[in-house]
Amino acid sequence: KTRPMEYRVAQLEALGRFLDDKKQEILEATELDMGKPSFEAFFSEILLCKNELNVTLNNLCQWMKDEHVDKNLVMQLDSAFIRKDPYGVVLIIAPWNYPIHLFLVPLIGAIAAGNCAIIKPSEISKNTERLIAETLSCYLDSDCFAVVTGGVPETTRLLENKFDYIFFTGSPPVGRIIMTAAAKHLTPVTLELGGKNPCYVSDTCDVTNVARRVAWGRFFNAGQTCIAPDYLLCTIEMQEKLMPALREAITEFFGPNPRESPDFGRIVSDKQFQRLRALLGSGRVAIGGQTDEAERYIAPTVLADVLPSDPAMQEEVFGPILPIVVIANMDEAIDFINARPRPLAVYAFSCDSKIVNQVLERTSSGGFCGNDTLMHASLTSLPFGGIGNSGLGKYHGKFTFDTFSHHRGCLHRNMGLEALNAPRYPPYTQQKLGLLTSAFEVKRRGTCTLL
Amino acid sequence: MERMQQVVGRARAAFRSGRSRPLEFRMQQLKALERMVQEKEKEILAALKADLNKSGPNAYSHEILGVLGELALTMEKLPSWAAPQAVKKNLLTMRDEAYIGYEPLGVVLVIGAWNYPFVLVMQPLIGAIAAGNAVVVKPSEVSENTARLVAELLPQYLDKDLYAVITGGVPETTELLTQRFDHILYTGSSAVGRTVMAAAAKHLTPVTLELGGKSPCYIDKDCDLAVACRRITWGKYMNCGQTCIAPDYILCDPSIQSKVVENIKATLKEFYGEDVKSSPDYGKIVNQRHFKRILGLLEGQKIAYGGETDEASCFIAPTILMDVSPESKVMEEEIFGPVLPIVTVRSVDEAIEFINLREKPLALYVFSNKKQLIRRVIAETSSGGMTANDVIMHSVVPALPFGGVGHSGMGAYHGRFSFETFSHRRACLIKDLRWEVLNKLRYPPGSMEKMNLAKLLLLKQCSKSRVAQFVSALLAALKAVVAKVSFVSLLSL
Repeated sequence: KTRPMEYRVAQLEALGRFLDDKKQEILEATELDMGKPSFEAFFSEILLCKNELNVTLNNLCQWMKDEHVDKNLVMQLDSAFIRKDPYGVVLIIAPWNYPIHLFLVPLIGAIAAGNCAIIKPSEISKNTERLIAETLSCYLDSDCFAVVTGGVPETTRLLENKFDYIFFTGSPPVGRIIMTAAAKHLTPVTLELGGKNPCYVSDTCDVTNVARRVAWGRFFNAGQTCIAPDYLLCTIEMQEKLMPALREAITEFFGPNPRESPDFGRIVSDKQFQRLRALLGSGRVAIGGQTDEAERYIAPTVLADVLPSDPAMQEEVFGPILPIVVIANMDEAIDFINARPRPLAVYAFSCDSKIVNQVLERTSSGGFCGNDTLMHASLTSLPFGGIGNSGLGKYHGKFTFDTFSHHRGCLHRNMGLEALNAPRYPPYTQQKLGLLTSAFEVKRRGTCTLL
Repeated sequence: MERMQQVVGRARAAFRSGRSRPLEFRMQQLKALERMVQEKEKEILAALKADLNKSGPNAYSHEILGVLGELALTMEKLPSWAAPQAVKKNLLTMRDEAYIGYEPLGVVLVIGAWNYPFVLVMQPLIGAIAAGNAVVVKPSEVSENTARLVAELLPQYLDKDLYAVITGGVPETTELLTQRFDHILYTGSSAVGRTVMAAAAKHLTPVTLELGGKSPCYIDKDCDLAVACRRITWGKYMNCGQTCIAPDYILCDPSIQSKVVENIKATLKEFYGEDVKSSPDYGKIVNQRHFKRILGLLEGQKIAYGGETDEASCFIAPTILMDVSPESKVMEEEIFGPVLPIVTVRSVDEAIEFINLREKPLALYVFSNKKQLIRRVIAETSSGGMTANDVIMHSVVPALPFGGVGHSGMGAYHGRFSFETFSHRRACLIKDLRWEVLNKLRYPPGSMEKMNLAKLLLLKQCSKSRVAQFVSALLAALKAVVAKVSFVSLLSL
């Protein structure tokens, strides 16, 4: 049922209508859940999703086609191609920080690839969860697509079932549990996890622009972004220079009292709020630091002179707090980054492109952005995923379609020309072997020789 | 076992030194591997003969030829595979550099199998080296001569620290799997595949599992039976049926069953002569355990041909079973031996249903003159890979991915796919620190003008009729945004 292109297109277009019709409800639900500013919600939950939808609808026909491949001499009359088969029933588990985007974008690829899907939104973003559970079924074919709600016990039970693919976005510890459960059924997985994304700022840079771009990336969604710059690495002189620039940027963005700004979010839960408040003791509070428990408000905060042993450096921050760790030079920064688990993103700021390239070449991470934050995730032509502790697999754009399809190698041979096959049959002889070798072996193009 | 930790630790330190990354180094190692295969051909063939009784030309064409081909292809294509891939940009990133960089993963583990012990260790190794990784190789202990040879030869030709061989059985492999790797490629059974994936999950290590299953082979009434049966006979009985993509069982109409048997019988005589046991081209079952297992599958079956066995030499004659019941033992597990059951079905619909009721196989075969029928079988089933009107051959096309789906595995390799399996595709976006004006669109405070402009710049729907809309909206919104920017900062750009 899900195989014909028309069906997939119809479901995808229905998803588009969901985004259009329910735009207001989505903005309201995410605001209730984590005080998500409507500008941000529109950008990440609606705009970026529509982008992915359009890319997919525009290219689906192309992506679904059999890919014909190179053949050797003996197979010239045969047809060799890669067929994109759906896996079957896929499970998409989404987190609470971008609750619509992080189930919808994988779902787009799953539908495009011809699968059925079970969607498990996060119970922590309660209002969005309810919205999805109540309204999605009005748009999608309920035979093939279903929403399951619940917390840890329900998810554990859900994972006992056999799925043909599991797509999980969340924390590394839970990622391990998901993969272990998947192993029982030999289910392939994509895990979009997290880590501490380092942000190196060199001494040669435009401080104002750096401060703006870093502040934007850090405080978007009140810091609750998997690819947010987690901590800054710079020299003590740069820390001095950055501080007023960061203060200026924060005021420019949120006004003198961010608590009153409609453009600054809140922390999603009491548990997260308390966790973040405990991190404020690291280093010294240079900017912000105010909190309000009732509102789950934490001011845009910058911590200076943070030590590697401080609490803020022991876990992914995932909040509106930017620790600055002072290092002596770029080499020390690179060593610092490489001594730690590989993150989802690495950021480097410098007017000198050679420095940006050095950081890129000497580190390893899911993705990399030079002289900006977050933006590499908005290009649908770039793969989005982690490495090591920050995850496995990738998606966005065509990569989502490829993630949810099985690439099947197919060879359609001619029944005739049996004589060509003779060299491979027993009885085996050296002569036959010679023929086989010349027919199949790929000859290396040698260096040019003068005739 | 500290030795494991030491070996893996040394490989990791060697990888961290960065010397496996430059293309010249990788080419040098691949060239050394090529030299090894060419210089030690005799020793490799001797090991394969000792382990599986593979004859010279047979072993050469099934194991060595493939490896040399893969080496040649990889060395030729590596520069283009490893080159950064520029990607399409949107309006917002027009001035930036956006590309995908191919980077090594780190230390990869390759676990080989015993049925094609040389190629199943070498092919993944080639891809892993080409991608710039350090590699730990764990050949199957069941094919002990080849394992020993690989352990002896690799250090003679390759960088000793970066590429290591660990030998041993289940306890050693279990211990090895507690170490942290950056990718594991395992070839073997589904049961062990589960164990490998569960061990990998502890370290969040990605895996490629090349497993097995029962690869069905449907023979349509409308096809050249002589040719079909010859090709099937070749694929089924090579290596004594111990091939992961061998046609496991046949599905055909009852009316052609006897003809199929006759054709296969005739072909067998053509291939192996009157006395199969004395043919140098027929292999043997790898060990007593598998010999007994396959013997057990013959119980209660109608043997149309063959069935002779000799425990001492682990010999089982090429055997055909007729009118096999779908519920019998021989139809439950992967046979992995020279026993070919025929199950009758009355139509292609029944065949497709039969196949889909079972776990997804590694390979699927269909023989027919009707293109439409073949297309239907492909479209209505799922398998790792497939070949129509032949068997095995899809696995020798280097441009096709080789891997399973469902219980038959996950991930794929061969050729470029090996390189990609062992690489990390890193998204890279390099922006300019200047040109801050465009960025102002996304900064708070938010506004409708900013949102509309962002929509136009990001959203992909560029159709010609919208261009005029776009230009006027752009100007209007830019005016609103720029009005907030002081003249001085504009001048300073």
